[in-house]
Amino acid sequence: MSREVEEFNRRLLRARDAMDRAYAEPLNVRGVAAVAHVSEAHFIRSFRSVFGETPHRYLQRRRVERSMFLLRETDRSITEICFDVGFNSRGTFSRMFREIVGEAPSDYRMGHGPMAAPNCFQMAFTRPALSVGIAMRSSSFGDDTAAASP
Amino acid sequence: MINKLNVTSVWVLDKEEALDFYVNKLGLEKGNDVKQGTYRWLTVRVPGDPGVEISLEAPGPPVQDEATAAQIRELITKGAMGGLVFVTDDVRGLYETLKKRGVTDFTQEPTDNFYGTDMGVRDPFGNAIRILQRKKAAPEAKA
Repeated sequence: MSREVEEFNRRLLRARDAMDRAYAEPLNVRGVAAVAHVSEAHFIRSFRSVFGETPHRYLQRRRVERSMFLLRETDRSITEICFDVGFNSRGTFSRMFREIVGEAPSDYRMGHGPMAAPNCFQMAFTRPALSVGIAMRSSSFGDDTAAASP
Repeated sequence: MINKLNVTSVWVLDKEEALDFYVNKLGLEKGNDVKQGTYRWLTVRVPGDPGVEISLEAPGPPVQDEATAAQIRELITKGAMGGLVFVTDDVRGLYETLKKRGVTDFTQEPTDNFYGTDMGVRDPFGNAIRILQRKKAAPEAKA
């Protein structure tokens, strides 16, 4: 039994890594679930139970974290950054950023400069935290349908 | 005062499989390999850098009871147990070499940063490994 759990965890982790690697590309939950060799519904359910949030929310927080990084480190415009990190509309990006970070991208940029720490540590430890209630609700990968997801 | 890091350990699920990955795939060399009863003191290290050993440790009795060991194994496979950072002088070359050796679990392809170029890969169990090629220019004092 334990061995099965370990192998399944490892497959889910591989799918999570795929999101960290390809966050800037258009991703859909079916494609990411395929990395773990499970159905879409089983993937969402088990990812949530193993990592404490839905795959969609994990990806959104990765994208928002990367946008925070670019806001701190570069002079790129907010619209450019929005598309750089995989969002497909400026409105969705701003709404998601505000929901997760608690302020607008432009305000965040004014308040924060570059951080002299390795990128891997920044990626791991500065991904914005979120309340569990919200983390558990978001289940769709489609930006436009995210708000309506169960 | 402390002079040097001597041994650090990495949790693995299977020592033989770990040895194969860390030596034959990643390119480290085998260090100590000593048996006493059921215990095997097994380490790997960076080639040419004896004295800093990475001990490959499998959770279980007599150190942990089986239930605790099962919890640790679950955490390892969730990628929740930390990892190692290495330095190389050719990260892109190493990336190609690892791919040729059949490594597929990359967490990040070689990527340029202000401190150099780094990449990420996982061992077969889920531990994170980062490999950094430092920037050539003299290190500037950054706050």
